[in-house]
Order: sequence, then structure tokens, then C-alpha cells
Amino acid sequence: MAEAATSASRGAAPLLEVRDLVKHFPVKSSGLIRRTVGQVQAIDGISFSIDPGQSLGLVGESGCGKSTTGRVLMKLYEPTSGEMLFDGVDLAPLSQRQMLPHRKDIQLIFQDPYSSLNPRHTVGTIIATPLQVHKVVPEKQVIDRVKDLLKLVGLNPEHYNRYPSEFSGGQRQRIGIARALALTPKLMIADEPVSALDVSIQAQVINLLQDLQREFNIAFLFIAHDLAIVRHFCPEIAVMYLGKIVEIGDRDTIYNRPHHPYTQALLSAVPDVKQAAIGGRRDRIRLQGDVPSPINPPSGCRFRTRCWKAQDICAAQEPPLLQIGSAEHQVACHFAEPNTNILATSA
Amino acid sequence: MPSTDAEPYLRVEDLSVSFPTRDGVVRAVTGMTYQVALGKTLGIVGESGSGKSVSSLAVMGLHDMKRTQMEGSIRIEDTEVVGLPEDRMRRLRGNAAAMIFQDPLTALHPFYTIGAQIVEAYRVHNPDVSKREAKAKAVDMLERVGIPQPNRRVDDFPHQFSGGMRQRAMIAMSLVNNPKLLFADEPTTALDVTVQAQILDLLQELQRDFGSAIVIITHDLGVIAEMADEVLVMYAGRCVEYGATREVLTHPEMPYTWGLLNSVPELTGDPEEALLPIPGSPPSLLNPPNGCAFHPRCGYSHLVPADLCTRELPLLEPSPRGESHLKRCHLLDPENDMRTHEPVVDDDVLEQPDLVVADRVQAPDQQTLSTAGDSNG
Amino acid sequence: MFGYIVRRAISGVLVLIAIAFGVFILYFYGPSDPAQAYCPKNTCTPAQLELISRNLGLDKPVLVQYGDYMKGIVVGREIKTGKLTEPCGAPCLGISFKQDLEVRPYLMGRFPATLSVAVGGAVVFLLVGVSVGVTSARRRGSALDRGLVGFTMFTTAIPYYLVALLGYLILINQTGLFPGSGYFSPFTEGPIAWIKGMLLAWVILGFFYSTAYARYSRGSMIEALNEDYVRTAKAKGLKDRTVATRHAFRAAIVPIVTIFGIDFAGLLAGTIFTEYIFDIPGIGVAALQSVTNKDLPLISATVLIAAAFVVTANLLVDLAYAALDPRVRL
Repeated sequence: MAEAATSASRGAAPLLEVRDLVKHFPVKSSGLIRRTVGQVQAIDGISFSIDPGQSLGLVGESGCGKSTTGRVLMKLYEPTSGEMLFDGVDLAPLSQRQMLPHRKDIQLIFQDPYSSLNPRHTVGTIIATPLQVHKVVPEKQVIDRVKDLLKLVGLNPEHYNRYPSEFSGGQRQRIGIARALALTPKLMIADEPVSALDVSIQAQVINLLQDLQREFNIAFLFIAHDLAIVRHFCPEIAVMYLGKIVEIGDRDTIYNRPHHPYTQALLSAVPDVKQAAIGGRRDRIRLQGDVPSPINPPSGCRFRTRCWKAQDICAAQEPPLLQIGSAEHQVACHFAEPNTNILATSA
Repeated sequence: MPSTDAEPYLRVEDLSVSFPTRDGVVRAVTGMTYQVALGKTLGIVGESGSGKSVSSLAVMGLHDMKRTQMEGSIRIEDTEVVGLPEDRMRRLRGNAAAMIFQDPLTALHPFYTIGAQIVEAYRVHNPDVSKREAKAKAVDMLERVGIPQPNRRVDDFPHQFSGGMRQRAMIAMSLVNNPKLLFADEPTTALDVTVQAQILDLLQELQRDFGSAIVIITHDLGVIAEMADEVLVMYAGRCVEYGATREVLTHPEMPYTWGLLNSVPELTGDPEEALLPIPGSPPSLLNPPNGCAFHPRCGYSHLVPADLCTRELPLLEPSPRGESHLKRCHLLDPENDMRTHEPVVDDDVLEQPDLVVADRVQAPDQQTLSTAGDSNG
Repeated sequence: MFGYIVRRAISGVLVLIAIAFGVFILYFYGPSDPAQAYCPKNTCTPAQLELISRNLGLDKPVLVQYGDYMKGIVVGREIKTGKLTEPCGAPCLGISFKQDLEVRPYLMGRFPATLSVAVGGAVVFLLVGVSVGVTSARRRGSALDRGLVGFTMFTTAIPYYLVALLGYLILINQTGLFPGSGYFSPFTEGPIAWIKGMLLAWVILGFFYSTAYARYSRGSMIEALNEDYVRTAKAKGLKDRTVATRHAFRAAIVPIVTIFGIDFAGLLAGTIFTEYIFDIPGIGVAALQSVTNKDLPLISATVLIAAAFVVTANLLVDLAYAALDPRVRL
């Protein structure tokens, strides 16, 4: 059982502590009697923690389970097993009704600004709904609070009677953020908050999130596939592959001294403008093949089918997430080795 | 014009594409000029509404000419495409010029096997080829693009492939007739980053083997940096900067390019360094701002005397860096100005009316063209 | 897939059993006394009513009657009619109270008429509707397109029976443009007579449904034409006609097939208005008469037949969908 690495050294009580979280989705057969013939192992035992006001980045590619993690934390899916301690309370076994008071403290920002806002509700309704459900503000003051929130996210407060279709993508994402902010949550789960936006708008929204984080001391679980943005936003990062965390550590370590082969391959694949512009083309680590199916993940280490270091032990024994160096850094690999050259130029 | 060693294969001159809509005329592309030579790659970079996709669809003749006005000249080898009768244009499409699209899941027909679709692409330009030969060619192409077990997978449907494999299959389909010109419209946006790397590598390898000219359209500066020999930056339907990639990315001569570079976080350097976003949003193509379309969001227009930026459209002309690095900016030495001055922006640029309209006009009557990903404002 | 079909068949049978039960409940616990229907102008004495009940077997408990009926369908039974007891082979659908005929052969005899109406009408509305819809989708915004949309809005506001009645009155009675209608078996009286008799029914039915199908096809085709794969097809250099048929239409047809399956099942169950107005002795009119006559065996039979068609059609439509769309897994 891996100890949540990221807070152990700091001594403060973590806001969120996830231990061995598992989420499997059953696969039904198509025969006469529908039996469960397999499980999609979307998340298969992950552990991490987030301190109040801190950000943890969760990166990985399609199918790694990062989005599922965000949804399980929100109890949009029920976890199959494991613990999710929020402010000391384990949310995993709670029923939806018991969950309600906790929902004030954890909010989710969605990826797609076009489909995450109800087109039939005015912006004011969208933002006011959480306030009304949780009765945090007397009815008379709801509109004022809505206007305050709109101003906070950089929108015109008089626009609360408009419909989402009247706003651009970047503005809609701001509305989503205002909605999430309405209850002043302690933790915001941002699931790819800027991927659907234009580049110049992405920076606006990222800056907004950082400002809000500083002002309200909100912790973030920042789920994204864009490694550059995650690096900018999160001092700590966890890398996921096929339902497992393969490496977790602070920014400097992950980006400059990645130990896990997958982290190295991932970093090596990202095109870097400044690098290429200067003329250095790094040697790219080329991963062969496709990501295996989460229904039938490879035995032992899940990454071994694409890993250039794979040996027999990798198939026989799943490498545990072990501490390397400082308590904050953990890697799950039998042959973990730092590589400081990934992001360096090959000149 | 940026110098090219070889004769250009594609020559676009003063291209303008506009769509009359109920709300007015949308000028999606205005006065665009560029060239690509065989074996070279041009990157066209821009955000939503920049017109980058529209311009490429225009070269391929994929706009509904009943609802589109096209002016200017497009020459593929020696053939003038603007005004070319449809049956002659059809002979070029998929043959001399091919295109791969952003989302291979929706760009491939879900009801036909990959093999059938490649065979179709082959036989439309080689009608005398037998079905068996065409299928063998399809298998061969799948192998070329790195799909394992091609003779089995040729009979699979698109939904049975993973995202990266699908994009490879689409590349195979577009290259089956050895086109000398390939357009790649956001070819990796829908893919994971490791798969993106594989696809970009593949494209470069195929370019070496086939010697084609590639035009890659994207919003991702990283992709441009890796793939493109030259880059053309588009804003509000016009080219605002054009030159060798390394040049433009290290010595930008237009505040928009500068702004793009500053708003993208890096993998190296100070991670806490603030991102400097470009304030405001891309402009409406129905009612673009007067003068330079970028001026409402430009932090350096105050350095230009007499409010010239609000009145007069700057010409695309050589920058102080050289004849082959063009800029569309009234500043005489933009790079210097940008590096030595702080940007200054009006407060009410954040408060732009009619952004509503910008979203709606990105997609005029849908039958004209399908600009997936181009209405993202 | 086999498992899927078996599962659907089982649930289909359960549906039919439940429907039959529902019919019995409605019949017996409905507002009026069934035996009254066999009494001219309510002149029967209670004793006579009781005799009628006993003769028809209505005095037995409802569940027993239901059980007998279902047993008859599966293995056949013996039915008392007055003093005699007659055997009724499986599947036995009972003996009509009113007409003293075995229901199954009676209905089977009337089926060809209904089938003629259904098939002929379907051919007309599919051909006309789909081609008009597809053509106007390709020429969106043109006069044809706008005319079609306006016209369909107009016609769907008019009830079907009105169209059929007006058609009959004007086209047969008043102007004599169409020959008299009715059912003439193509085998015994020749195909020409058959066609002449069915012609107006086909035209009216076809015309009425074709507007709906034109709308569905138009919508479906417009959606298909906007798909990315159509743009890819054009980019390959295919002719517009090829793109429209092999790529767009092939995709657009799928939802039409599903709608058609259900509609056709409904037609097979008998279109009451059409048969009544055009004098076609099909299952539809038989169903209507059975209710007026409170003729339980005939009511059950017509309802069950209709339900069976719909259940089968649903299954066939789902199978067709899976055959047409390789992404669908049953």
C-alpha cells in the first residue's frame, strides 16, 4: 500500500487523500444470459494526496484513467474500492444523500464549454443553481452573488440574463468556472479545462485559474494531457498509464529528471516551440504500437509491451510505486533510471 | 517572396474567399499569397476564424461554388484552379493534390471497410485497375504507413482501429495516388501526444520517400516548429507574417505572433514565468475592425503615430530581418519594439460586443464546408 | 447474435401473452355486457341472456376462458357451439361469436387484401417519398425544397380519413378519373382487375405517407451530406453523384429503414380507414366489426395478429440496423 507521497514531508494535514482507489466497469456478454465477462480496469489502485491550496497535475494519454479519477472523486461514479479522504472524511462509502453536504467543497470544471452549460438556462440560472441547492446565501442576495462571480471571472456582470449561446468558447469556460466557484470550494477538479479553447484564450483562462487559486486558497486536481500547461500550473505531478500511477513527484524532478520510461517517452514526444526554433531536434523516444486494452491489461508492469527496457521480471511482477530519493518522488519501475537529456537539445 | 530553391509546385496569389450569408458577407480569406515547393513543408498557423482551413479547402476546390466567391489565383503545377471546371478539378483531387483531415473517426465512412475506401480512392483515378490489384495496393499502402498485419486489417472497419491507426489509414488513403501536394488539416489535434509524434514522424518519412509538398494547417506552434520549413501566420483571414520557421519563431515581427509565442507555456525555463495572453477574442469576419484587424488586441499600436493602425491596413512587406521574412505591421521594427516595450491594452477590449456573431458566421450554411474545429472562439 | 434473437423472441412471446390477457380483461370488465350484443334491441330476458352466455362459453370464469384460449393457440382445443362440439386445430384462434366461423381461416382469407394494400402503398410512398426527400436535400434552399417543406406542413395537418374520403368522392364518384375500388384477387380475376381495384387506395395511402417519408429522408440526407466523410469522399475526387449515393445516401437510409419497418407492421395489421372507405375486405375492417359486435375471439385474434406483426417488425428492424451499421453490436 503506497503512502501518499506528496504530503508526507510537509507535515500539514492533506485536504484530499486517495488510497488504493479502484474503479472497474463491468463488461457484459451478448449471449442469452448477460453475464459479466470482464472488467474495464479504468483505475486500478492509485494513491495520491493534495494539500490545501496546492495543485496536483494528473497527466496521461487516452484511456489512462485520469478523467475517470476526477469523476470518481466527485462520486459521479461509485468507486469499486479504496478510500477517498476529504478533510478526514472517507467519501467512498457515502450514499448520494450523505454526499450532498460535501459537494460544497469539491467542484468540477468540465472540458467542453459547449456541452457543459445547459443551453436553455440563462447564465444567471446556471451560476445561481448551486447557491440555491445548498442554500448558502439568502434568496434575495443570490443575484448579487451571481454578479460578483461574473465579475471575478472577467465577464460583464450585467450579462447574467443571457444564454450560453451568446458567448464565445473562452467566455463559456469562464461561466463554468464561475459556477464552480459559487460555493467557494476547497478543491477544484479541472478536467482538461482549456483543451477545447484557442491558444490565446487558453492563457487567459489559465491565468484566471491561478489568480483564483491564490485569492481563495483553492486546491486543484488539474487533469490534462498537455504537459506544458500542467508544468506551468502544478508544482506536483502524477503520471498515469492504463489505470496506474507510474511516477509522481514535483515539477522539477518529473520534467528534468524523469525516471519512468513512460514519463521519458511522453516528454520526448512533446514538440517544444523554443527548442525546435533554436534548431535543436531532440532525439525522440519512439514508442511502438498502441496502448493495450484496459480490459486485458498486460501482466506485471502494464507498460512493458511498449517499453524498451522490458525484461522477464516486468511480466512476472508488477513494480510497486517506490520512493526514490526524496519522499515526494515515487516511481513504479523495476529499472527506474533518471534521464536528464529528454528536454535538452541534441546540439 | 521567401526564396525557395526549387520551382514551387503550388502557387497561391492574392486568394480571397468569401461567403454571402443572411447577415452579410463573411470574408474568410483576403489577399493570401504563398508558395510551396516539392519536398518542402509550409505550416499555416492561426486560431479559430483565421481562415486557415478555408484557404486550404479552396485550393482543393472543396467549397460549394454556389455559395462561395473566390478570387485570385491558385496554380497547382501549371494548372489554374480558380475557375477550373468541376470535372477537371475532380481529376486533380485525390490525385495531384490530396488532403487529410482532423478527426479520422468522422472523416472515414463508418459503413465501409478501410480497404474498400482506399480501393475507391485508387480506382477513381485508375479505373482500369482490377479490384484485386487495387486491394493489393491498399494492403501495400497500409504496410507503408506502419499498420501491423495489413492484410488482415484491410478488411476492418474504421471503428475497429485505434485513433493513431485510423490517422495512418487516412494518410495511406490520401497517398495512394502519389499526390505531389498534400494538405494536412490539423492532422494530430485529435490524437495523444505520443501518437502525434509517430504521425509527424511518419509524414516526414513519407515526404522523403514520395517527395511531396506538404501544407500543414494547425493552431499548434509546436507542430509547426517540428514539421514546417516555412510558416505563414494568419489572423482574421489575412496573412500577417511569413518566413522561414526558425526565423519567425525566434524573431517574430508581428505582435500577434509575439503574443502567441508568449501565451504558450514551455517545457523548459522558468515554470512560474507568467503567461501573457492576448487579451480579447478573435474578431468577427462579418465586421472586422478598421485598419489592422489586430489593433484592438495589440499592445504596441500606441507606438505607431497618428493612430495609423485604426485607419489603415498595413501591407505585407519585408521586415528588417530580410526580404524573405514578411510582416503585416505598421511598426518599422516590430521585434525591437516588442522586446523593449511593455504592451499596453485598452480595458474595454475585454468587453467586445457581437462575439455572438463571430461564432455564428464561422459556419455559414453548413453545406458549403464543414470547418470542424474552426468555430472555437 | 443467436442469443440476442432468442432473447428477443422470448420477450416477444411474453408481450403477446400479456396483450391477450389485457384484451380479455377489457372485454370482461369493460362497461357493457357482452351477451347483450347478441340480443336484438335489448329484448332478451335475463334467462335468454344467460343462455347466450352459456352457449358462448362466457359463463366460465375469465381466467379459465383465457387459459382455454391460450391453450387453443398452442395445441388446439375443442369448442362447444350450441349442441355440438367441434375440434379446432392449433393454432386455434377460436370461433367467431357472430359469424359462427373459425377465426383463423377467416382472417387468413382476408389477409391478401390487407397485404395488397400494404405492399402497394409502401412501394408508392417509399419510391416517391424518399426520392423527393433526397432530391430536395441535395438542392437545399431551392424552389423544390422550399415547396416540399411547405407542402408537407400543409398535408400533415389534414387527417388521413378526410384525404381518403375526399379522394374517393372526387376521384371515383364525381370525376370518374379512377376506376371503382375494391379487392379482386389477382389469381382468380386477373392482375388488371386487381390493380384497378387497388389503384386509388395505393395512391391515397402512398401520397399521404410519402410526405412524411420525404421529410424524414430530407432531414436524414442533409445530415449525412454534412458529415466529414462526405467531404473526404469529395477530396478523393469522386463525382458528386457517387458521393451522394454511395456515401451520403448509404448512411441516410439507415434511420429510414427503421421507421419503415414499424410503419409497415402497422399497415399489415390493417388500415381501417383505407379498407373501409375503399371497400377492401381486409383484416382492418374485420377488427372494426369485431369490436362493434363484441366478438371476443375475433377481437383477440386481430389484436394479437397486429401485436405479433409489430413485435416481429421491431426485431427485424433491429437486425437490419445491425446489418447496415457495422458499429452496432447486438
